[in-house]
Amino acid sequence: MSSFLQLLVSGLATGAIYALVAVGFSLLWQASQTINFAQGEFVMVPAFFVLVAMHGLGLPFPAAALAGIAVAAILLGLLFRRAVVAPMLQHGLLPLVVSTIALSIFMREAVKDFYSAQAQPFPSLVADRDIEVFGTVFSLQSLVVLAVAVLVTAGLHVFLQHTRLGRMMQATAQNRAVAQIVGIDVDRMVLLTFLINAMLCAVASILISPIYLAKFTNGETLGQAAFVAAIIGGFNQTRGAMVGGLLLGVLDNLCAAYLSAQYRSALPLFLLVLFILFRPQGLMGRVEERTV
Amino acid sequence: MGHETARGGPSRRTSLLALGAFAAALGTGFGPAAAQDTVFIPNVVELSGAGAVSGTNWRDGITLAVEEINAKGGILGKKLNVPHIDTQSDASIARAQVQKVLDDKPYVILGPVFSGSVLVTMTLAQNAEIPEIVGGEAAAITQKGNPFVFRTAFGQQFSMPKIANYIRDGLKAKNVAVLWVNNDFGKGGRDNFAKEMQARGIKVVADISTESGQVDFASDVVKLKAANADAVFVYTNEEESARFLKEARKQSLQAPLIGETTLLSQKVIELAGDAANGVKGHVGLSSDAPVPALAAFGEKFKKRFNYANDHNGIKGYIAVYMIKHVTEKMGKFDSKGLADTLHGLTITPEQEPGILMEATWDKNGDIDRASFLGEVVGGKQKIVEVLPKLGK
Repeated sequence: MSSFLQLLVSGLATGAIYALVAVGFSLLWQASQTINFAQGEFVMVPAFFVLVAMHGLGLPFPAAALAGIAVAAILLGLLFRRAVVAPMLQHGLLPLVVSTIALSIFMREAVKDFYSAQAQPFPSLVADRDIEVFGTVFSLQSLVVLAVAVLVTAGLHVFLQHTRLGRMMQATAQNRAVAQIVGIDVDRMVLLTFLINAMLCAVASILISPIYLAKFTNGETLGQAAFVAAIIGGFNQTRGAMVGGLLLGVLDNLCAAYLSAQYRSALPLFLLVLFILFRPQGLMGRVEERTV
Repeated sequence: MGHETARGGPSRRTSLLALGAFAAALGTGFGPAAAQDTVFIPNVVELSGAGAVSGTNWRDGITLAVEEINAKGGILGKKLNVPHIDTQSDASIARAQVQKVLDDKPYVILGPVFSGSVLVTMTLAQNAEIPEIVGGEAAAITQKGNPFVFRTAFGQQFSMPKIANYIRDGLKAKNVAVLWVNNDFGKGGRDNFAKEMQARGIKVVADISTESGQVDFASDVVKLKAANADAVFVYTNEEESARFLKEARKQSLQAPLIGETTLLSQKVIELAGDAANGVKGHVGLSSDAPVPALAAFGEKFKKRFNYANDHNGIKGYIAVYMIKHVTEKMGKFDSKGLADTLHGLTITPEQEPGILMEATWDKNGDIDRASFLGEVVGGKQKIVEVLPKLGK
């Protein structure tokens, strides 16, 4: 039983990271019909912003983490929207998809050349401490990762549902033309979505890098898992992306422990196929109808 | 002026003469003369992917040796030309890269470090009769009767008995769990380890395979905890070792963690931080060993590259000095002769200071030399025992 609880908590902690990234996928899709295949690299890169701030500028970790989030917001939010998405989206979704795939390769190789191909140690938000609950030992780090991810996503949910700005963003996501007619600055709302996505990725990066270590290949695993999580949960629902991420994290751990560790990397793809075949709108998503 | 045109440029005749002279220069050895000043020794190794830690250290050890040798005039008056070529830790890319460098007639090939890549490239080198000096540890490498492959590290058939003795005599363990990486390196280590455990009557109660480049070790640690073994033997590459140690620490895995060189390396200690403390195991080569030449190498390496080397840095360094010593002993550049001479050869630091420790290569290309038992204490590798050469 204690093994199961440990697997559950570890799975939820990993799943919470997937969820943060999946929520970003979902937000971008809703606000601007953008699928960002560089999303995994958007999580990988901020860790290196933080390392540069620490080792290059000599900032302490908390300040470096804030600087990393800020730089991510500018480069992966503002610049990404202006330099990649806006020009490409005019030509349709496919050129944008290809561009984001190219961007992901560019980011991976750039980090490898600029920093190193080797994994780098990354400081942890909390000290290595254990907490015993009902005879099961949990690490403080896992619990903090889980708590921060849940708090960030809950905060985002409150922002979107219960603030004027959030409701304007939702209106833009639901119907861009009508939102414009009622006086919402649609471009500003879309830009805000990109900024939020970039910051979510940066938070995920800071949470996961102490465990995964900072490495240029980290985005491959995370991007794929988060994409599948978003589809499982429902690509057009941020709550769905959260549920999908947590579910995938837990299933991945349980599969590795009780079924087969060798096939664990196949699990997300297996789930992806199942959902596309039998429930393409995901667990919590709604069916979208389009006229062509 | 008679050879110039009215426009002031060279005439066709002058141009043809110049072209002819250039071609003649090439034909009479002008080009090759430049090439003859250097000896081509490509290094095909893991500079990215799962083996980046090993490959980078190996490359930098080679670079240090090459710089030293070239600064002193090279080998037999020829400077070493050692390009570093990335296999991306992919055996098929390694094979293609070795095939490519063989077209340029190398003297010797250095690398790869990953056993899987060594196993798919060594036949190519053998067919071309070019020696390959490798960093791989899989037992299978030197058991295929290839006279052109030479190790710079212990094969698993040499290191596992030393670890097994320590588990039996040092830890007095009655049962063990083993965690290994599912590639040629890990599989070979696991098979040899299991054989040695069986020979000593120690039961393997959990046998857990992991993937190369794996990032999440939570479920593996849960399984190890459930196994409740007297000791856990960990045989994974450096980055996975570090991630595993962090997860083991997170979940308070209590069993002693025992490993081979890759679990106690400097990079693992750097990546895993405090989680590496308490890890014990067999270390093939270490700058922390009580051997002055190894310590001096460690200082030189750190000064040159601004990081502390691991065993792969030493392996790369001695690989180049192996070539230097044997070539100077032969008095000529002869690839096949180098392979023949190395079999059964012992090189001592008195003969060749760059070899750092006395080493012997047997008829299979396996290396024998002293090794160490180590422990990570306070974030540093501490050598607790020197184990003599098997041949002594």
